Amino acid sequence: MITVNAMGDACPIPVIKTKKALGELNGPGQIEVLVDNETAVRNVTKMAENSGAEVSSEKLGEGKYRVNVKVGEGVSVETEQTQRDSENECGCTDEMAVRGNTIVVVSSDKMGEGDEELGHVLMKSFLFAVTQLDELPDKMVFYNGGARLTVEGSPALEDLKNLAEQGVEIMTCGTCLDFYGLKEKLAVGTVTNMYSIVETMQQADRVIRP
Amino acid sequence: MIQTLDFFTPVVDDPYMFGQIAAANALSDVYAMGGVPKVALNIVCFPNCLDVEILGEILRGGADKVKEAGAVLAGGHSVQDDEPKYGLSVTGFVHPDRIYKNSGCRSGDVLILTKQIGSGVVNTAVKAQMASEQAAMETARVMASLNRKAGEAAAGHTIHACTDVTGFGLLGHCVEMAKAAGVTLEIHVDDVAYMKEAKDYARMGLVPAGAYRNRDFADPFLDNGNVEEVYLDLLCDPQTSGGLLFSVPGSEAAGLLDDLRKMEMDTEVSVIGRVLEKQDKLIRLR
Repeated sequence: MITVNAMGDACPIPVIKTKKALGELNGPGQIEVLVDNETAVRNVTKMAENSGAEVSSEKLGEGKYRVNVKVGEGVSVETEQTQRDSENECGCTDEMAVRGNTIVVVSSDKMGEGDEELGHVLMKSFLFAVTQLDELPDKMVFYNGGARLTVEGSPALEDLKNLAEQGVEIMTCGTCLDFYGLKEKLAVGTVTNMYSIVETMQQADRVIRP
Repeated sequence: MIQTLDFFTPVVDDPYMFGQIAAANALSDVYAMGGVPKVALNIVCFPNCLDVEILGEILRGGADKVKEAGAVLAGGHSVQDDEPKYGLSVTGFVHPDRIYKNSGCRSGDVLILTKQIGSGVVNTAVKAQMASEQAAMETARVMASLNRKAGEAAAGHTIHACTDVTGFGLLGHCVEMAKAAGVTLEIHVDDVAYMKEAKDYARMGLVPAGAYRNRDFADPFLDNGNVEEVYLDLLCDPQTSGGLLFSVPGSEAAGLLDDLRKMEMDTEVSVIGRVLEKQDKLIRLR
């Protein structure tokens, strides 16, 4: 049983707190939500019922209500994860989704079309800019010409090592390293294959491509 | 001569956008009466702890909307206050024979709404950080949209009744209109234009308190036709700077719709229902 204390919280905070609790529950169980106004009772009820839970509520006293949310066996409650999936279908960019799973896909050691030298400079600068993001990406995938960036002598190596230290998973296409004869020179992250690359892209909520 | 006044606290973070919305909302009262705004005065409350540039942006938004309305901004007044507030007092003109009232609905009329609804719900979702960027932008754009084109399109037609949809929600305004005219309004819930994703947010429980108050007010007058709960939430959702609701003779509805279309408005126009002889309930949902 989880207790959510949303006394003194204005709409829509009680709904957000309850939603979070449903996510924590992640299966059968009970949540009691304490709120101080009827709007919150109605909104929490609405959200929980639409998530598949059984809901009842009672007035405990003046300005005090309890909403009981019961998730039964075999009921699949819409948690933040499924929520995120459905929201992304409609191009959602809310905080949860952005935080969810962002990947950077680098397919060349140059950024953009045009002058080659400029392209190299831009790519180095792009990778540095990634290190400065408030929300770092979860994973970075390098393939084809991009494989030249994760190996010894890469101008962006420091930045990529820095990202790896901060928990960003850096993956480089093995076939590509082979092709360019760079397999022994990989200097940051791990070697990956096409299945992982496709899977990573498919599961990403957001893909950034320089 | 028409004289109106309206102002409120910020509904969006962007000060320039807020200025536009507050001004569009204040100017709307003149259009809802069939008038044309001529002169506007700023009403400003602003805390001294906030950057004065923010105030500049709010005023710039307001001034742009007044200009778009073809009116003149002639000054205004500001006071220091804890929370920013902005709005306008607007003077407009209307021919006495052409003043729209909310009491003139007649059986056989068609109801036309000039903006999609759901801004209260979407703004609640924005506060919860659950709104998509798209939905937030659509709502801001619709709120900031002036009812000028709707007013101009209506000028060549017989308008039995008109109101602008605001804090009472669409149903609250419908109840008032039906009561005043002694008729029943039939609303076809699927035909009403809603903000994108507003239904999703309402189902998630992101419904503002005002919607429940409106619902409680409208309930005794309502034959709800067993429509899905989410429609009731949205029909009762308090609107900020909502559209105009026209009641026009059935024979003129197509002509007005045509003229509204020619205006190339940036909001969605929908035919939301019709006016019937008075029945048991003032509002019938279908």
